[in-house]
Amino acid sequence: MVKEIERAGIPIVQMCNLIPVAMTVGTNKIVPTISIPYPLGDPQTPKEVQWKLRYHRVGIALDALTADIDEQTVFKVKI
Amino acid sequence: MKKAIHYINQFFAGIGGEEKADHKPEIREGLVGPAMALNEVLDAQVTHTVICGDNFMGSNTDEAVEMILGFLEDKEFDIFIAGPAFQAGRYGIACGTIAKAVKEKFGVPVLTSMHIENPGVEMFKKDMPIFKGGKSAAKLKDDVKAMADYANKILNGEKTLPAAEEGFYDRGIRAQVWLESGKTGAQRGVEMLIKKLAGEEFISELPIPEKDLVAIAPPIKDLSKSKIALITTGGIVPVANPDRIQSASATRWGRYDISKMDRLKAGEYKTIHAGFDPAAADADPNVVMPVDAMKEYLKEGKIGALHDYFYSTVGTGTTQAEAARMGKEIVVKLKEDNVDAVIMTST
Repeated sequence: MVKEIERAGIPIVQMCNLIPVAMTVGTNKIVPTISIPYPLGDPQTPKEVQWKLRYHRVGIALDALTADIDEQTVFKVKI
Repeated sequence: MKKAIHYINQFFAGIGGEEKADHKPEIREGLVGPAMALNEVLDAQVTHTVICGDNFMGSNTDEAVEMILGFLEDKEFDIFIAGPAFQAGRYGIACGTIAKAVKEKFGVPVLTSMHIENPGVEMFKKDMPIFKGGKSAAKLKDDVKAMADYANKILNGEKTLPAAEEGFYDRGIRAQVWLESGKTGAQRGVEMLIKKLAGEEFISELPIPEKDLVAIAPPIKDLSKSKIALITTGGIVPVANPDRIQSASATRWGRYDISKMDRLKAGEYKTIHAGFDPAAADADPNVVMPVDAMKEYLKEGKIGALHDYFYSTVGTGTTQAEAARMGKEIVVKLKEDNVDAVIMTST
């Protein structure tokens, strides 16, 4: 799915937990998430903590869309 | 008698389904679940079963591998067998990950089995024989037997055949053998050439694998003037699931209007994905489809516009062919609305 969208010339970033799968499939821009059932907010943590994490990682994903890369890249997250 | 150790996930160990997928690694003496079937057909005693939750292995890979290698340190074993994992993606990756680590640390032969659509095949087929397995556990007996037949050859020091004849995926390894036909490479090459010139079919001895990499799309220049769209394979849909998207092996997708809301509300949206515990996503769908964060970035002006719809399907068990088709259909909609870039979340 990622590849078909990128093939159409639309930049796409995939946010996912299983980075090696995204690499193997051929996703070019990858931002890591924290888990499979809750990619962007651990329900064990307070709502504010979840929000901070989600806001941060989505922000990284947006910035990744502007990044000029020449190979598959996993973007670094801080929280 | 030689000894074997078997790796299975929490589901096949009877511990539980998705709600137990965070189960930490453990080792049990004797046979658990599919290890019984394996023990029956293997020319070795399966002495231990290693069990690990698929999500634990996926999200805490280093810790899981380290723990399991620790369990095995004082064990004697001649072969390590993982799975079969069928079409279960995380299980397949777990089998490949641990088998590869065991092979590297202990130098024993390792084997597993997966369906061709399992992403673990592409990731690990070079590292170990991965037998061509069935889609689901209905094929458990056959898949275990296929691994055991080959394992028995290794255990008994018998000659093994090329991948295609043994029934595992090509590993890209070339072994030098004497052909019974006695024909030299030159003779075989000329024979192939003649067939080719005559328009007849021939089988190359050097197949070139196709790699389908997509050119990196040009980056967005100015986010504040761009329209971004959201897609998820995490199965987030309105609670009634109006497009009746399947919970696994999806062939359908849907798009849902988010233009008049700040976030996805629990009770209005939920996940129908059958591949993970839905509790967290149902309690707050934004943890899978971050509409709230995107709306905030829209308010702040970091992005120029958010496409009115988010797109959703289910990624578990979905074939690459179906995923590609759905991707192409979604592209048409994105282009109609001049979407500049996409964020996709996957579970």
